[in-house]
Amino acid sequence: MSDLLKGRTGEWEMVIGLEVHAQVIADAKLFSGAATAFGAEPNEQVSFVDAGMPGMLPVLNEACVEQVVRTGLALNAEINLQSIFARKNYFYPDMPQGYQISQYEEPIVGEGEIVIDLPDGETRTIGIERLHMEQDAGKSVHDRHPSKTYIDLNRSGVTLMEIVSKPDMRSAEQAAAYVTKLRAILRYIGSCDGNMQEGSLRADANVSVRRRGEALGTRCEIKNLNSIRFMRQAIDYEAARQIEIIEDGGEIEQETRLFDSGRGETRSMRSKEDAHDYRYFPDPDLLPLRLEQGYVDALKASLPELPEAKKQRFMEAFGLSAYDASVLVAERETADYFETVAEGRDSKLAANWVMSELFGSLNKAELSLSESPVSAPSLGGLIDLIADGTISGRIAKDVFADMFETGKPAADIVEEKGLKQVSDSGALEAAVAEVMGANPDRVADYRGGNQKLIGWFMGQIMKASGGKANPQMVNQLLREKLDAGD
Amino acid sequence: MAALTDLTLAQARDGLAAGEFTSVELTEAHIAATEAVRDLNCYILETPEAAREMAQAADDRRVRGEGGSLNGLPIAIKDLFCTTGVQATAGSHILEGFVPPYESTVTRQLWDAGAVMLGKTNLDEFAMGSSNMTSYFGPVMNPWQRAGDAAAKLVPGGSSGGSAAIVAARGALASTGTDTGGSIRQPGSFCGIVGMKPTYGRCSRWGIIAFASSLDQAGPLTRTVEDAAIMLGVMAGHDPKDSTSVNVPVPDYEAALGTGVKGLRIGVPKECRLEGTPAEIEALWQQGIEWLKAAGAEIVDISLPHTKYALPAYYIVAPAEASSNLARYDGVRYGLRVDGDSPQEMYENTRGEGFGAEVKRRVLIGTYVLSAGYYDAYYLQAQKVRTRIGQDFHEAWEKVDAILTPTTPSAAFAQGEKMDDPIAMYLNDVLTVPASMAGLPAISVPAGLSGDGLPLGLHVIGRPFDESTVFKVGHAIEEAANFTATPQLMAGGR
Amino acid sequence: MSLDKDTVRRIATLARIRVDEDALEPLAGELNNILGWVEQLNEVDTEGVPLMTSFVETEPFKRSDTVDDGGKAEQVLANAPEEAEQFFVVPKVVE
Repeated sequence: MSDLLKGRTGEWEMVIGLEVHAQVIADAKLFSGAATAFGAEPNEQVSFVDAGMPGMLPVLNEACVEQVVRTGLALNAEINLQSIFARKNYFYPDMPQGYQISQYEEPIVGEGEIVIDLPDGETRTIGIERLHMEQDAGKSVHDRHPSKTYIDLNRSGVTLMEIVSKPDMRSAEQAAAYVTKLRAILRYIGSCDGNMQEGSLRADANVSVRRRGEALGTRCEIKNLNSIRFMRQAIDYEAARQIEIIEDGGEIEQETRLFDSGRGETRSMRSKEDAHDYRYFPDPDLLPLRLEQGYVDALKASLPELPEAKKQRFMEAFGLSAYDASVLVAERETADYFETVAEGRDSKLAANWVMSELFGSLNKAELSLSESPVSAPSLGGLIDLIADGTISGRIAKDVFADMFETGKPAADIVEEKGLKQVSDSGALEAAVAEVMGANPDRVADYRGGNQKLIGWFMGQIMKASGGKANPQMVNQLLREKLDAGD
Repeated sequence: MAALTDLTLAQARDGLAAGEFTSVELTEAHIAATEAVRDLNCYILETPEAAREMAQAADDRRVRGEGGSLNGLPIAIKDLFCTTGVQATAGSHILEGFVPPYESTVTRQLWDAGAVMLGKTNLDEFAMGSSNMTSYFGPVMNPWQRAGDAAAKLVPGGSSGGSAAIVAARGALASTGTDTGGSIRQPGSFCGIVGMKPTYGRCSRWGIIAFASSLDQAGPLTRTVEDAAIMLGVMAGHDPKDSTSVNVPVPDYEAALGTGVKGLRIGVPKECRLEGTPAEIEALWQQGIEWLKAAGAEIVDISLPHTKYALPAYYIVAPAEASSNLARYDGVRYGLRVDGDSPQEMYENTRGEGFGAEVKRRVLIGTYVLSAGYYDAYYLQAQKVRTRIGQDFHEAWEKVDAILTPTTPSAAFAQGEKMDDPIAMYLNDVLTVPASMAGLPAISVPAGLSGDGLPLGLHVIGRPFDESTVFKVGHAIEEAANFTATPQLMAGGR
Repeated sequence: MSLDKDTVRRIATLARIRVDEDALEPLAGELNNILGWVEQLNEVDTEGVPLMTSFVETEPFKRSDTVDDGGKAEQVLANAPEEAEQFFVVPKVVE
């Protein structure tokens, strides 16, 4: 199995579990009415509750509960109709209360699972252990003063979902696929924007190694991985580090580590204390959260089609490969765009155009799909012109480039630039005859056995016609005439 | 001037309405009274200027025919309530100088009703104590003295010691306190006044500096049951900013008074007959039983078997919650800061210096009982015992409508006594704690004097949200007791 | 469940309260006294007793998702022992 790593003394399996923290999309915070928008001036989005001031009390935001339940449903998970808020007690400057309101023994969401997409269209099911909601902490800024840390509490109290996977991943690649799929699901239902750079999605990786078939090894936690790329590097480094230690006869110390992206290494977090004792207990300022089954059912009914279901439908309805389908459903926007283009058209053609020409141009211009100068109906229009033979596939690429630059519809560009494919058999026969007539030696060469020369003839005719000759027809005519003898 | 400070809240209210005097006059009288009893150290911060302004505004309102039910009445506020622009210390060095930019819901309601703030009263640090001896701002002296022993300074009880003492000394018409294990009722009993703790969830906790979240409740300290009913009517009410606040309408508590206790069933729990209780307390309890019987109530013997565990369970649950509630006092955003090389060092230094000994003890106990390996044995067990205590009361309510016990196992003791053994201090609350743990409303009414001439209170517990019955029974006791004794050290003299 | 000096030191660290070395022993004594007294709770049979996480029998009020707070940095920072550029300031955190 390709998942195994080769060590000095044999093969090793890595076992990975991920804890993902996702900031919930909501206007206000989990327990206060302060705003959650990114980018405000320091401490401008802080209520007295968020600042942990004396006598302040939390009040639950119902919209956040809704987002969390929807997320649990989208992960095919158990929704617990009763859950309890618990205090997680520890001291840190950006945690004003000296505790974080979280959930411990009774989280709102239980076990679930998601299907991840691997290269070559393979899939794997990864289990979800639980999901709970909790307060985010504020931000510590270390680089504005040499000997002081600055604290901004704008983020303090924003709703986080902590999504804990089962240790079902066996490679960095699977971990990446998990985060990718999870992110897609959250973006689909609009419960989190999944922006890892801005920190609205963060991952902690628990990594251990073992010989296949043996019990789980001691794991280390790598915290605050804020890009999928860094996560992959960190996991690979950590697995290798652990293998080397064990093969050298050592033992893995359970600890928390950070990823140094500059060096590409994980290193231990230096801290005086032993393992945290969070002293969880039910928060006496809040009542148990009780949900009605009807409420949950209604939320389930209103979920949009999720990535996995959409992927399956695309494969069936449009005959796409698993790989193509998974690329197209990665973002809801992309899937919707593709579906509009593919409606009533050759879906493979549509997939191809979307995935190579469109994506390629967007990437080069550093534009997102929503900023695309070529709309889905517009691209559809281009494909129609190919399908009915008005232009050739080759010409279509030029037309597309023009559409991308000017935003004009395909038909207009073809008209303006006179790019219609020449499919008139009379004209084409004449062109073939002319080239053949002008190059008798090559004709003889071809008939003598050098069949590859047909490409040269094609090239000449395409050049002479300014690329507009219908290539299939030209090819057919050439063969007919060339093979026909004299 | 002396006459004005002898009025009850209700009498002052009526006098203002009748135009017999102005709020400014009434307030000046109490400011002068406060000065006269300043040695008692009832206040951490007196606010005479603000009081005068508020009194003037109240008089202006009255002229316009406006004004709420407490318009122009000067009261004192326990320094555990956050008051906008006015220091709130919780009796602690760690909050010295903290000026809240917000007003607690309870005090907001009092100001909206037109009340006048005389100042912030002294208390045991973070409401942890039964004597007001743990305050960073010095102890409070009980205006009562032992007969023939004027030298011994007595404690007013705690944690609402300053609030109780100032009302007893006639420095304020009424005051607010908070009660977690007995912190309104016990000082009420020690100071010979009425102290009332409502049902948990009756008053909002928003803006009250938290000690033990599942137990804290605001309540009034007054000289009569009627006054307490008036005050609670304004203090109570649902607050959407407090998730534990209950949305139940506030009845007219004054209307419950004077309707008598005929036909009510009063429970007498045998478990409250404690070993070592002084005979005079037993006697007073018996007297209370007789008074209620004479007034037409039926006396029923009941059993609350788990009550004896209420105090030890309280001393696990309350410190546990406190250890978490007090984690925010770290020198980062407000209050005392003692520097360190790192934030963690700064916390240790700040909290080491900022917290007093009793607070430290309780925070450490609380931290310990929640810690890994001990949570089940201590905290979980204590909360389950609490459920049992609640169940005992729940069963009792099928047989009785109210329960009568003494408030405290002794009269006020002297400053310095009971300081060697924390548990001896904790035992002050042995009779008040069960109602706290069960979240039930309870009142202490001055009922008699000890052999030393010190006040003793009787304690009435009621069903959840049945403060009306509690007031009714309390009022019946008050009438029968006819407690007219006054403290030696009150304003205007004896 | 008897506390020794080391346990008290550990708890004091957990609670971020500086306790002088020579105060640890006496403090252990005080705490043990209290803990010994609360031991009596073990006499109570709590088999099958539900944990009452709250006493309040009520439908909790939930906020709607409206921004109606914040925007008062000045008040939030008003009591700060140290602040700069609208941030709270603490000694540098070393990770």
